[in-house]
Amino acid sequence: MVDIPEHLLLKTAEARAKALGISVEQALAEMRGEVQPTKIEKEPDVIEVTPIEVEVKETPPPAAEVKETAPPAVEVKETPPPAAEVKETAPPAAEVKETPAAASAVKEAPAPAPEKSNGQVPTEVDFAPETKVTQRLLTVVKAKPIQKPTSEPVDKVNTWPHLMLPEFISLMAMTAFLIFISAILQAPLLEEANPNITPNPAKAPWYFLGLQELLSYWDPQIAGVMIPLLIGVAAFMAIPYIDRNKENKPSKRKYAIMLWTFFLAGAGTLSLIGILFRGPGWNWTYPWIDGVWFDDLLDWVHFE
Amino acid sequence: MKNEKIKFKDRLKDISSGLGDSLKESTLWGSIFRPGSPFRKGYSDSPRNRSYVVMNNVLYHLHPVKVKRHGVRLSYTLCLGGLSFFTFIVLTITGIWLMFYFRPTEMAYVDIQSLQTSIAFGSLVRNMHRWAAHIMVLVVFLHMSRVFYHGAYKAPREFNWVIGVILLILTLLLSFTGYLLPWDQLAIWAVTVGGNMAGYTPVFGAQVKFALFAGLEATEATLLRFYVLHVLFFPFIIVIFMAIHFWRVRKDGGISGPL
Ligand code: HEM
Repeated sequence: MVDIPEHLLLKTAEARAKALGISVEQALAEMRGEVQPTKIEKEPDVIEVTPIEVEVKETPPPAAEVKETAPPAVEVKETPPPAAEVKETAPPAAEVKETPAAASAVKEAPAPAPEKSNGQVPTEVDFAPETKVTQRLLTVVKAKPIQKPTSEPVDKVNTWPHLMLPEFISLMAMTAFLIFISAILQAPLLEEANPNITPNPAKAPWYFLGLQELLSYWDPQIAGVMIPLLIGVAAFMAIPYIDRNKENKPSKRKYAIMLWTFFLAGAGTLSLIGILFRGPGWNWTYPWIDGVWFDDLLDWVHFE
Repeated sequence: MKNEKIKFKDRLKDISSGLGDSLKESTLWGSIFRPGSPFRKGYSDSPRNRSYVVMNNVLYHLHPVKVKRHGVRLSYTLCLGGLSFFTFIVLTITGIWLMFYFRPTEMAYVDIQSLQTSIAFGSLVRNMHRWAAHIMVLVVFLHMSRVFYHGAYKAPREFNWVIGVILLILTLLLSFTGYLLPWDQLAIWAVTVGGNMAGYTPVFGAQVKFALFAGLEATEATLLRFYVLHVLFFPFIIVIFMAIHFWRVRKDGGISGPL
């Protein structure tokens, strides 16, 4: 249960006290469940209910079509369906009794006859007022949120300045960093493209070098390339649907963390081999003996 | 000393408010900034104004008024998602600038050469574009690892992970298509290697390679094709997926966690 704020409790208690003719303290105590709730012995005085004319056409009309001011007689052409409807409005009356907040509503709106003390739903209810009353209680809808809040309330801070300021600073920092390295590191530009001169080795961009290294272990003619790649991509996309463990605490998902760390280590190793340890003919070379074949960083590592 | 400072500050204030008052009451000013914007009515630090800053700002499309406290700790996201986005913006700006001096024809290589030697800041901007491209691939990958280690792909964020994988692929494709554009030996052969790999696709290999190269090997037709993909098609697609990605981050209840 949610904690109801004190002032709301008090308001409800006052309304209940007024409706039942008891003291506010008593009403409060009842609502807290400390004493037995008071039963309504006499009917609230407005509820002098006289039947209403109900016009029933071929299809039983919704309850809302019931006429407001009505002569005392009931003219029902087809009795059973409306009766059923009346029955349906009846149970909320029981709720009215139990929900303190609605207790005042009982007074204003001539509700269906209150629940008999044996708790049975009355089968026949005269629910239309004869005079004076301009409102009717059609039904009492239990107060229920349309959307169920599923998350606990969380500690929040204002986006400005607590998020936007760090964002702005990191944007500035990254721009500064980029300008800095761009000023000191020249991007490579080799000789003009020439389809007739194949460099040896010919390397893919660095983020594909792990893959190129991996593929050098088998004959691509046999294994294919795109198919394993597509399967790999699909597998990545499927991760959230495969890992059904709901925990996000690292200590409760050791297996997943281990797998990803293996993946990182493997991809990193393969890429490093492809970048640093592969020379002409994709043969193994040692960067400190034979040099490095990696033109992306031409300007960084000067080797001869 | 202290007095002087206050005087100076006050004078500044006088100037700015004197300027400001007539400006801020103008119809034009009022039409630019929404009611409640701090640019209209001045900013003093209060919870209400902190909300107004976000609510009367186009960034309201990206940020809610309030975020989880643990989410703004730098150590949680390391700002990696944000940095992926920033690098993309830097790349867009520098990239548009480069387009002024670049023709995707047999002149491509010469254009890059003269860009570096005879155009003010040409070398700097080219370097920025290139290094930012490498950094973006790296940062996006690190962002993905961060998300994995936090288990941030779990319900209800499963689909945002899928969007993320698409973003990663698009990032790689952007980088790969850009790689060819300088039209030097590094470019053409890296792309040839990549394209040949695609050529090993069973059954459709030859067709895939043909579609990629616009021919049997990397030629100037390939250059034009990669250029269009690089400056138009992939940026267009990636922006759409980024929009979905950011929208889902908010709809899925903001940042995940705390752990
Ligand atoms: C162009 C690339 C990308 C951009 C610009 C981007 C941007 C962002 C941003 C700004 C956030 C907010 C939180 C944060 O900064 O960490 C975020 C969250 C997220 N991203 Fe990305 N992202 C990209 C790629 C990816 C990739 C490759 C994946 C995974 C495969 C991914 C999966 C996610 C997930 C699951 C979240 C929610 C994390 C959480 O709630 O803690 N994103 N992304």
